[in-house]
Amino acid sequence: MRNLLAILKHSLSISAIVLVGIFVFLKWVLPLFTAPLPMSLIGLYVALTFSALMIFYTMSGASLEEFMGPIHRFLVGEGQEGVAKIARLLLLILFPLLVGWQTYTSLAPSDFPPAESRTIHPAPPGEFVGLANPLQPTEANIQIGKGIYASRCSPCHGSNFDGKGTAAPGFNPPPANFRDSGTIAQLQESFLFWRIKKGGVGLPIEGKPWKSAMPRWEVELTDKQVWQVIMGEYDGAGQSPRTWEEEE
Amino acid sequence: MTLQSAIRTVGSSIRNIRASSLLGWGVLVAFLVLPCLVLAQGAATQAMSVEYRDIPGIGSRNVIWFIAQQHLLLAGFVLGVPLFAWVCEIVGWKTKEPRYDKLAKEFTKLLTSAYATTALFGGILLFLLIGLYPKLMAYLTDIFYPTFVAYSILFLLETAVLYLYWYGWDSMQGNKKGFHLFLGFLLNLFAFFIMIIPNSWATFQASPVVVADGTALERAWAAMWNPTWWPVNIHRFIANVVLGGFICGAYAGVRYLLAVSREEREHYDWMGYVGNFIGVFGMLPLPFAGYWLMREIYQYNQQMGITLMGGFLAWLFILQAMLIGVLFLGANYYFWMGISYRIPGVAQSYKKPILAMLIVLMVSLAVWMTPHTLVASLQEAQQMGGAHHPLLGVFGVMSAKMTVANLMILVTFMSFIMYWRAGKQETAPWAKIAKAIMGGVLAVAAITIVVLGVWGYFVPALFRINTLSVAQVLIVLFILVTFTPLTAVLLKSAKTTTEMVWGQMPVRSGYTLVSNAVMVILLMSLMGYARSSSRVHWHVYGVLRDTSEYAYSPALGYAAALMSLNTFFFCLLVAFIFWVATMGDKSQAPSKESPQKVEPGLTPVMAGGSPSSGGKGGVQDNR
Ligand code: HEC
Repeated sequence: MRNLLAILKHSLSISAIVLVGIFVFLKWVLPLFTAPLPMSLIGLYVALTFSALMIFYTMSGASLEEFMGPIHRFLVGEGQEGVAKIARLLLLILFPLLVGWQTYTSLAPSDFPPAESRTIHPAPPGEFVGLANPLQPTEANIQIGKGIYASRCSPCHGSNFDGKGTAAPGFNPPPANFRDSGTIAQLQESFLFWRIKKGGVGLPIEGKPWKSAMPRWEVELTDKQVWQVIMGEYDGAGQSPRTWEEEE
Repeated sequence: MTLQSAIRTVGSSIRNIRASSLLGWGVLVAFLVLPCLVLAQGAATQAMSVEYRDIPGIGSRNVIWFIAQQHLLLAGFVLGVPLFAWVCEIVGWKTKEPRYDKLAKEFTKLLTSAYATTALFGGILLFLLIGLYPKLMAYLTDIFYPTFVAYSILFLLETAVLYLYWYGWDSMQGNKKGFHLFLGFLLNLFAFFIMIIPNSWATFQASPVVVADGTALERAWAAMWNPTWWPVNIHRFIANVVLGGFICGAYAGVRYLLAVSREEREHYDWMGYVGNFIGVFGMLPLPFAGYWLMREIYQYNQQMGITLMGGFLAWLFILQAMLIGVLFLGANYYFWMGISYRIPGVAQSYKKPILAMLIVLMVSLAVWMTPHTLVASLQEAQQMGGAHHPLLGVFGVMSAKMTVANLMILVTFMSFIMYWRAGKQETAPWAKIAKAIMGGVLAVAAITIVVLGVWGYFVPALFRINTLSVAQVLIVLFILVTFTPLTAVLLKSAKTTTEMVWGQMPVRSGYTLVSNAVMVILLMSLMGYARSSSRVHWHVYGVLRDTSEYAYSPALGYAAALMSLNTFFFCLLVAFIFWVATMGDKSQAPSKESPQKVEPGLTPVMAGGSPSSGGKGGVQDNR
């Protein structure tokens, strides 16, 4: 029993437990409460944990010896007998195979599209930068805006402004969730004006490669209506636009 | 010091200068200036006919990219090192410790050859720019012509002062030291102006102002005062200190790995410590300067701000977070190793605080590196409902990044304080109370920073940026400027329980120092690219369009390859400069490095050195 405890307290076992623990937590426990994490992020966090462990256990000579000593002795294999000897041989054979398999899987064709990085908020074209909303935020304007929103936008962006409209599940990328702090709360009104008028087809190259279903509303809505719907959107989502000038 | 003796000293130092090298400088500067004069005259007529020239196969843009980056890195080096040397000299003069003076001199020696190399690359850059981008150069010359003259004069002054400073080092000891220090001040003053004049050209390209009619001088003056000029000046100035410090550290690290005698090991271990110290010290305020610069860019032109921070250049900032993270880790790692190797017997008692700091650092780093828009496969994106994760998406926004950056600075600063205090026992009667108060203040500061960061999610962006972020920065600065003198006072009365032992650091400390320097160089290459590609297809943003065939932004992978090449080549250059500068030492003292003097068991072992194979491994000796 005491022996087992000593093994568990060894820096190598602690490292293994921490690493596996973090991975299990990110991969299987966290998704119980929220959406699953992409592998790119899990990899990042595990790598960070690994480097933290390395830093901690190589800080002094004693801890380095405790950590690396067994690994080193095992790999050198001097005077090894029985199980240890076979284990070492197996490792020396399996490790290169693992690397080979990794290489193969990352190169082999698959029917999944590759992981994409899409720029959600690319820079707008020059003519839309710095436009100011010409309308006053009166109750009438906001209500008209909300009316337009209910008829035109809510099927996709949801009547609660949360991106959960009835048509939303069909689209990739999904319609923006205006309640999220990462969408319209981060943006200026002029940015929305551009996005609403020009839609998904008006996105610059960096906003690709996904095909955005956001329609370009410049045909259906007048400029005035677009400004109104912007006001309705902010009001309904409980957000306010980003500004750079001091508000009086 | 009498005026007479000062004059005599100057006279004797001038005699020391080899006339030929001065002449060489004169010719070089003339070469730099002359083409500009010609260009200014012929600009209107000739240059317009040829707008661009290309270098087939390589591409004119790549050539300029490479040369400009080398020139900038070298310039950062030759501006950072004099600062570093000057500060060391002052410290040596104040503390009467000759080793500081020796260190300062050792680095000034590098300057002469480094300076020539920098000017060389500057000259090449200018010729190439005139040849390859005549349209742009004609435009810039038209506006900035008077600054070219000022720049050349500054160059002459700087060169003269540098020679006096270097060749007069030994003859200006003792009561003439004051004058020598003054020369060091002048050296840095001129260097600063030499830095900010080209900064005005580059910042004008990014954030031009309307240049009204007027005399040539008035127009140049107006163009210099563009919105990003001073933020870039400050940012670069601090970054140069960091570069100088970490390169000094890397030099010491390499020499430490190669050292054979005990004195050498002790000296270079100590030098590495000083270099790392200065690098870290500069690094602490650097993020604030960067933040100020970004704010100015956003305010100047939102589109440019979005391109940088949210648009296609946003990925550079994730890379930046990674590099800075490695740098912070490396610097702290070096401090922590210093505690356990240089101060015998204390390693055990510092294990817990170090673990706590490491965890805070790692969690901060994880938050900082979490991109706002995640790289996800189609399946993963569908599960998340977009490229934002519903929970971790909160780490992606500025409020979180600012908070963890502040925390990381705080932790690094505490590492430094801890290292400083290790092995010493405060004796002042109020030491206990003072330490308790400091601990309390620190805890409150950390909690406040986190609270402000969380609050940032619930307020409009403007309030967050102008009030909350500024408050966070002020808190950290407050800690920095109060804790440093307080600790110094505390330690004045302290008795040393364990003497620091130099020359005992393990091999990996040397590699850590080298890695820190490489990270800084990579960072400068990365952010240099970000700065100039934020102009997208403009030479002068919104004014002069790039109509060459290279008016597109290269793919990020391509850019990263060029950055790596630049870093690699610059490291080679620096190694060359160090090699040339130290060649004399070796021929002078050949017996010092004879193998007989090698202390048994003290030879550092290379990276693959086994920790357990006999008693020869560096790791074992240094346990
Ligand atoms: C066919 C479904 C659909 C309809 C209808 C629709 N949108 Fe969208 N919208 C999207 C999708 C999908 C996105 C996310 C992809 C993108 O950014 O283009 C989006 C994005 C946006 C964005 C950008 C948010 C951001 O963070 O960048 C705004 C603003 C917006 N929509 C406003 C509107 C308004 C206003 C209406 C009604 C006039 C509307 N949308 C109607 C599908 C739709």
